[in-house]
Amino acid sequence: MNHTHPAGLPPYALALDMEIVDNVEGAPVIGMPFANKVQGRPGFLHGGAISGLLEIAAVAAIHQALRAKGSDSGIKQVNVTIDFMRGGVGHMTYAVGEVIRLGRTMANVEARAWQDDRTKPIAMATMHYLIRRPKIEGS
Amino acid sequence: MTPNKPDLRSAIPKNAAFDPALVNKLMGKFGHGGFLDMEYVGHGNDWVELAIDWREDLVADPDTGILASAVVISLMDNATSMSIWTKLGEFRPQVTMDLRLDYLRPSPSGARVYGRGICYHLTHSIGFVRGFAHNGNPDDPLAHASGTFIRVGDRVS
Repeated sequence: MNHTHPAGLPPYALALDMEIVDNVEGAPVIGMPFANKVQGRPGFLHGGAISGLLEIAAVAAIHQALRAKGSDSGIKQVNVTIDFMRGGVGHMTYAVGEVIRLGRTMANVEARAWQDDRTKPIAMATMHYLIRRPKIEGS
Repeated sequence: MTPNKPDLRSAIPKNAAFDPALVNKLMGKFGHGGFLDMEYVGHGNDWVELAIDWREDLVADPDTGILASAVVISLMDNATSMSIWTKLGEFRPQVTMDLRLDYLRPSPSGARVYGRGICYHLTHSIGFVRGFAHNGNPDDPLAHASGTFIRVGDRVS
């Protein structure tokens, strides 16, 4: 369901002030500052905002992996499963995606979100994406 | 686990049946729910339906105007969470343990997205939920959701 542009973050991510803050092991790290608009219970992140950050990180990781292969294919999200492990508090939150397998027709991706300590994730997600090769004119 | 709900107990009238419309005025108008501007649509014994209007800043792709999938996650998180309290008849502090969404089709540009959360089983500590999102016709869903919520004590409520 995500048809994001390979270049730049989508409007949804920009609306929540997400930005690419780093790049580790071939995948962009996305940061999201704490603000009222990502808050659930007072002082804590909303699960949906954490999920959004995980999805943006996953999509960014696939686009980078596709570009590394010289591919200009697009992607379409099939599903996502999110595990919430810790409450996200009023700090900066980071997420990075890892492309576990990039095939010709689909990609298996995992993403994790953390705050102060990367070894203590606040949430993790598993996603499946369809790889869509660009249509060639006249074919 | 994400303690992701406002402290509703102080705002909910004592000795009154759980009222999803009233609670959405807090959950749907505050914080992330307020950013997405979630509206109460309806409820039954074990379900709650909420809706979010399409907005330019909520899209995944400016060329197509397709809504970001995470908007649907937030909608289903709130609707399923509220379905537990609705089935229970009262508020209890809980957090989302896990949530899965299957995206059957995109939510198109300009279309309002509805999320119906259903609590199909309750135990002392776990609420089992499912639900679906649609654009006005429940027979033409755009996503299916399933998940679990865990009750938490006063310590983290």
